[in-house]
Amino acid sequence: MLTKKQLFTRGMLDISPHMLSVIPFGIICGAIGVELGFDPLLVYAMSIIIFGGASQIVFLQLLSGGASGLVAATSVGVINSRHLLYGAVLSEYLEKLSLIKKLLISYIIVDQGFAESNKFFKKNKSEQYLHYHLIGTGCTMWVCWQIATLSGIILGSFVPEELGLKFAIPLTFIAIVIEDLKKIDHLIVMIVCGLSSLLFYDAPFRSYIIISPILALFVAALILRLKK
Amino acid sequence: MTWLSIIVAGILTYFTRMTMVALVSRDMLGDKIKAVLAYVPSAVFPAIIFPGIFINDYGQFIEMDDPKIFAAIVAVIVGYFSRNIIATILSGLISYWFLIFI
Repeated sequence: MLTKKQLFTRGMLDISPHMLSVIPFGIICGAIGVELGFDPLLVYAMSIIIFGGASQIVFLQLLSGGASGLVAATSVGVINSRHLLYGAVLSEYLEKLSLIKKLLISYIIVDQGFAESNKFFKKNKSEQYLHYHLIGTGCTMWVCWQIATLSGIILGSFVPEELGLKFAIPLTFIAIVIEDLKKIDHLIVMIVCGLSSLLFYDAPFRSYIIISPILALFVAALILRLKK
Repeated sequence: MTWLSIIVAGILTYFTRMTMVALVSRDMLGDKIKAVLAYVPSAVFPAIIFPGIFINDYGQFIEMDDPKIFAAIVAVIVGYFSRNIIATILSGLISYWFLIFI
């Protein structure tokens, strides 16, 4: 049996390699927010209130491009709907916790933390305090994300506009989806989404950001049906 | 107004994290829905990538010889082989700067 502290430390160690990409990403996220002309306080508050890297950039980019607040908030919900999947997988290991503990732990479920803790859980099912591993990965992620976005906000105010840092947004998302580019089914879904986003770009309230994922997910469901 | 939408976005995001853990039994999500959810990143992020490359600040399509297109291709190639987030972003930015400044 590992102690709570050992599990927490193990979680911290397991997620630490991810900080190599999370910290630069957080810096970019903060810097872009300032570059797009938003109040630094607002850009930082998102790191606490939303705490979801990619969706924070999307939110600011949509608003600065003239989207309504409702469309921007909805798109954050769509992007983060993948957490439902993480929650469904993790719930098996968190079942015994009290409701209040479940509610608190939920706030720190993130992509990388899910990936590492789920790996650990599968191998160590019998541990009593398993959830401390998830707290370790989640807290490490939270602290690094706060520091990184804050640094980005400070750095961003020095970056001259001529550098066109906004172009870092599509590049960042290319980096996020590149792993799945190798899979033909994912590639098809990406192309459907990308092309329809160009096609519906002029739809009211920048609603292309919601229309194209729905179309693409529909195609994904079709692909899944054909696969069987 | 912006603050209000951030709070709405935050509540929505918290619900995506908390619902399956705390509110409903995990069997609520059928295998089919789980399989579709696995496609969410691929189904969402190209809607940020494509307009970010092909549409300029004034909402018009860019020319086919725009530096952004070339830089994005460099980033895709570097990303594909390096599998490194920082290398992908930097290779794209540096080739973009190279083309617009030199």
